Amino acid sequence: MASQEILREEPSRGSFVNDPKVRSLFFQTLVVVLLFGAVWWIVQNVIDNLQRLHIASGFQFLRGRAGFDISDTPIAYTSDSTYGRAIIVGLLNTVIVAVAGIITATIIGFVIGIGRLSQNWLIRKICTVYVEIFRNIPPLLVIFFWYSGVLAVLPAPRESFHLPFGSFLNQRGFYFPRAVWGEGAWLILVALVVGIAMAWFVARAARQRQMATGQQFPVFWTSVALIAGLPLLAYVLSGFPLSFDFPKQSTFNLTGGFQVKPEFLSLYLALSCYTAAFIAEIVRAGIRGVSKGQTEAAAALGLRSGSILRLVVVPQAMRIVIPPLTSQYLNLTKNSSLAIAIGYPDLTATAGTVLNQTGQAVEGVLIMMIAYLVLSLVTSAVMNVVNARMALVER
Amino acid sequence: MSWVRTEMALAQPAPTSERGPIAWVRKNLTGSVGDMVLTVLGIAIVAWILPQVINWAFINAQWTGPDRTVCATVAQGGIKPDGWSGACWAFVNAKFGQFMFGTYPVEERWRPILVAILFVALLVPMLMPRVPRKGLNAVLLFLVLPIVSFFLLIGGVFGLPHVETSRWGGLLVTLSLSFVGIAVSLPLGTVLALGRRSKMPIIKTLCVVFIETVRGIPLITVLFFVSVMLPLFLPEGVTFDKFLRALIGVSLFAAAYMAEVVRGGLQAIPKGQYEGADSLGLGYWQKMGLIVLPQALKLVIPGIVNTFIGMFKDTSLVLIISMFDLLGVVKQNFSDANWATPQTAKSGLVFAAFVFWLFCFGMSRYSMYTERRLDTGYKR
Repeated sequence: MASQEILREEPSRGSFVNDPKVRSLFFQTLVVVLLFGAVWWIVQNVIDNLQRLHIASGFQFLRGRAGFDISDTPIAYTSDSTYGRAIIVGLLNTVIVAVAGIITATIIGFVIGIGRLSQNWLIRKICTVYVEIFRNIPPLLVIFFWYSGVLAVLPAPRESFHLPFGSFLNQRGFYFPRAVWGEGAWLILVALVVGIAMAWFVARAARQRQMATGQQFPVFWTSVALIAGLPLLAYVLSGFPLSFDFPKQSTFNLTGGFQVKPEFLSLYLALSCYTAAFIAEIVRAGIRGVSKGQTEAAAALGLRSGSILRLVVVPQAMRIVIPPLTSQYLNLTKNSSLAIAIGYPDLTATAGTVLNQTGQAVEGVLIMMIAYLVLSLVTSAVMNVVNARMALVER
Repeated sequence: MSWVRTEMALAQPAPTSERGPIAWVRKNLTGSVGDMVLTVLGIAIVAWILPQVINWAFINAQWTGPDRTVCATVAQGGIKPDGWSGACWAFVNAKFGQFMFGTYPVEERWRPILVAILFVALLVPMLMPRVPRKGLNAVLLFLVLPIVSFFLLIGGVFGLPHVETSRWGGLLVTLSLSFVGIAVSLPLGTVLALGRRSKMPIIKTLCVVFIETVRGIPLITVLFFVSVMLPLFLPEGVTFDKFLRALIGVSLFAAAYMAEVVRGGLQAIPKGQYEGADSLGLGYWQKMGLIVLPQALKLVIPGIVNTFIGMFKDTSLVLIISMFDLLGVVKQNFSDANWATPQTAKSGLVFAAFVFWLFCFGMSRYSMYTERRLDTGYKR
């Protein structure tokens, strides 16, 4: 007892130099002082440099006239619009290509990933070759390959490839019929929303009934009927308000229809192909992460192989898959900034042009960084919600 | 009366339905109706793609030639029959020196070649587990070689003519950027990871903010940052070489990713190891350097190599701040009027892709080999 008392009274017998608390305080103070010194020095230099170069500061420039054209504009934009609007156009283009890429990459990635686990030797090998090729070359090279190697050497508009459904493919891009909505077309949209809502309620009611009575209800086909059938019914009832504007071939160019430019097409295809290889590996690891005992136990319960996959393997695999899948989605969004190399006007490209025209590098880079950080945070937040729904429910 | 067998019964050969090529085909290709459909689909894909690729890359390819005429059809002003489609390896052949060294002066090209030889001579024994003296080898590879290469490549001393970094290009830039990036990002990333797990709140916050910010933005933005902002940060008259700026950008970017990989390893080390080191009276750096990091880094070798591969691929982005790495030089040469044909771009890109692929695939295979070798059976 006595010795313990003595120890408590004298917590530190060494020099205070060896006290971890003192040391920690000292190092942190040092770091803070150094950091503030460096920041102060940088800020002074920036102010000096900006004054010397006669560059204004602040975000006033966002209201100035942009004076440059943008080739892909999802919202109304002319060269008379403001710099701020130009950056928003760029941001929207980034979002469009990222969302389209994420959807396609996920589909290709899941197909290839499951293919790598197939019983079939040939399919397995084909999928392995795909993954090993695309994982090991830079995404920028894939973009160039699509842009300069494939799309740029397509025939001129006069000799366009004719594709099904009245679409065309030539070196100016991909043309497909544009939907023209007539009078009363809003009814179809309303019907679609109502259909989705009803399908959701049916699914919930069916689940409750199955929990209570054990009786099953064909939820899938009911949902298909509701989601596809209601808009179709609305389409017929409102007097066929949908028509198509087909692209037509004239002497030198195609007129009408909807044109997807080669810049977008190559960026979208390259990002999808490249990211799909990584998603395939994640999916493969996820499915292999579900222990064989689970499959066997499900089979012992008498489930069919389709049900085993749907009810036992996939829900557990998704838990392993979703976190790395999120980071691949973030990578794809960030890789979409490679658009600048082929001239697709995404956020980096438009903000870069603004930066060059105004010379306001600090603000330009700041806008870019904040925009990408926000995009990343939004993607993470959405995927966290999905992850929380998939996570193991524990008591 | 009982009978006990005194010798093992000889193993019978598997039934004929279970061995031989036919059984293999039945098991792997035509197990069920669905399998057969897939096989037919697979054969169709292979039969559609493979002949085209072989025809294009080998049979129809043009291997040598002085200019574009050998790779263009008659209609395009060349000598090939109309409808010809093949790789223009003549273009790659003619530009090979540029693809490797950029516009490095031809009479000085022995210098990068010498650096490459030194690099290989030091790297190969480093990668072979049986060769002794790893410590000396590492010092030579990561400290002496960069210094020697720097003076050898830049010149200006020992009577070597000065070669500006703006004349460097091609694979030379790709390799030197990624080598320095690797050599800087691993220690820097480790320090950042330790900082992130530190108990000092200010240091921890700084590391978290740095890592999360850099990981949240694309490399291009980081490169923009270093190429546009860095000159503003420095006093008037002080300028950085563009190559050095790219190096800083790539290294900082890779360090943030490396930090997260290393943190994963640090978290996987059981608490007992930290406490054991504490109870032995080791200081912080001794504890980390002798006990924790050797185990943690070993655990995350695949992640580290993946980051290396990512960085190697990412060096191609420097072409956006108008530096010419392998991909940049290849792309620059598309506009050479002497070689402009529809096949030029495709051939150049396939060549570049092959070089990148070779390095990345090599790295990933080596990492798999190391993983197997270091697997001491403690994996959970």
